[in-house]
Amino acid sequence: MGTNAGLRNIEGRTLPEADVPALQLTSVSYAYGKRQALDDISFSIAPGRFAVLLGLNGAGKTTLFSLISHLFATRQGNIHVFGHDINRKSGDALRRLGIVFQARTLDLDLSVHQNLAYHASLHGIGSRQANQRINELLMSIDMSDRLHEKARSLSGGQIRRVEIIRALLHQPSLLLLDEATVGLDIKSRATILSDIRKLVQNEGISVLWATHLIDEVSHADQVIVLDRGKLIANGPVHDVIKRAGAETINEAFSRLTGIVALTPGQKP
Amino acid sequence: MTDIAGNVPLPRSSARKRFGLMQYLVCLKGILIREGLRYLNQRERFISSLVRPLLWLFIFAAGFRQVLGVSIIPPYQTYVLYEVYITPGLCGMILLFSGMQSSLSMVYDREMGNMRTLLVSPFPRWFLLVAKLLAGVAVSITQVYAFLFIAWFWGVKAPPIGYLLTLPALFLAGMMLGALGMLLSSVVKQLENFAGIMNFVIFPMYFASSALYPLWRVQEASPLLYKICQLNPFTYAVELIRFAFYGQVEWTSLAVVCGFTLAFMTGAIIAYDPSRGLTIRKQEGGNT
Repeated sequence: MGTNAGLRNIEGRTLPEADVPALQLTSVSYAYGKRQALDDISFSIAPGRFAVLLGLNGAGKTTLFSLISHLFATRQGNIHVFGHDINRKSGDALRRLGIVFQARTLDLDLSVHQNLAYHASLHGIGSRQANQRINELLMSIDMSDRLHEKARSLSGGQIRRVEIIRALLHQPSLLLLDEATVGLDIKSRATILSDIRKLVQNEGISVLWATHLIDEVSHADQVIVLDRGKLIANGPVHDVIKRAGAETINEAFSRLTGIVALTPGQKP
Repeated sequence: MTDIAGNVPLPRSSARKRFGLMQYLVCLKGILIREGLRYLNQRERFISSLVRPLLWLFIFAAGFRQVLGVSIIPPYQTYVLYEVYITPGLCGMILLFSGMQSSLSMVYDREMGNMRTLLVSPFPRWFLLVAKLLAGVAVSITQVYAFLFIAWFWGVKAPPIGYLLTLPALFLAGMMLGALGMLLSSVVKQLENFAGIMNFVIFPMYFASSALYPLWRVQEASPLLYKICQLNPFTYAVELIRFAFYGQVEWTSLAVVCGFTLAFMTGAIIAYDPSRGLTIRKQEGGNT
């Protein structure tokens, strides 16, 4: 692919590959032995969109993330990241991905800087450029003063924010966040969500945000609902609400998954 | 958090070209530094890696010197003290334990989730594993030289040039044992299961080898054990190191060590290939 092929311009910034979906899944299935975890999943996310992957615990969200991030191989179906097949061109696909896993993945015995520098090296970014970017990103989250502190000394919310800027270090075009706000207080949750939304708005980054917290869905989002390994809804929020014959996304989700309606912020 | 969009002129990922040699070296350097830092953060690991062989040297070898005579066998050209004989075996022991320690740390990393950071790097999986292996070997070689330094004051001295010439042998032996550790880490599901590795891998490999006794001695005592020793790749790692101390190459050992390194490494790469093995898949079966 040419270096400038398919670029578009948003607010003076060039963005990649506008013509191809940021993420495209076609008939993806996955089983753990005889237990079907994902069954014939197909959807796509356009560049610059914020997509929320909604599902109860056990719906298949983490399996889906593991397939997209190539931790598991896709045996049935295809996954493309900006047109690159994750199985055949995993390197090309992975360099476009920034991933925040559900479980904490910072090395607690290393400092914030050492963790970030390690990640930068795993993307082939030299130390000078990495340090510059680390400083800038840490400053943006008001954590410059924690640069040389062990990750162990950070709070849960701070660890999560460092993990998010780590996922952004190599300037990915698609950001995957698996239950990124789980275990955080309301303020931290709101801050993280708001910052990720700013990234989509200002940088044109595509985001796949997996959650089971319905109040994290905004009216402009694309919503993908997984239930017991099956895709039961996919589209703009208002479409999903309309198709479910509901008034709110909360009610739509409850109807679609067959659970009792929840109050906003309540865990399904 | 104000705005986490960056202004550093790093090209967008999609606009970057394929990785060149420089990027591979950056990645290797990063993995080496990370392993080194982890090692420095675990001082007890460094100390225990030294105490174990030193106990063997100071106590076990001193006692055995009186009951076990070592005849003149290559590469030695004269009678040597048992401490001298056992030293290459103790170097091998450090590499063996270190290789298994690296394997343990991979299982730990997997349980803690750190392993994913490595595995979702866009570099080829084989390269990432080899880099991790190299980092582990670099750490274990520093342990060996620290041990040899102390042993030198105990009177266990090889020809000065031997300390340099043994470096490639230590590297190869370390690669073989590290690759074995990596392969084992792919099949060990939980940290708790790692104790089994001690009983079923480390001790049998160490004791059924030429590390403690010359093979002719073993043959006299038990022809069956002698055969087992001959089948044990650790025997060849020890002999490769032993000969290297005296500036000699034991070609059979070299071939066996290279062959097993290749076999173990291939096995580990296959095991960590998401389309084949990957233990994460087994481990996370319930976390959908």
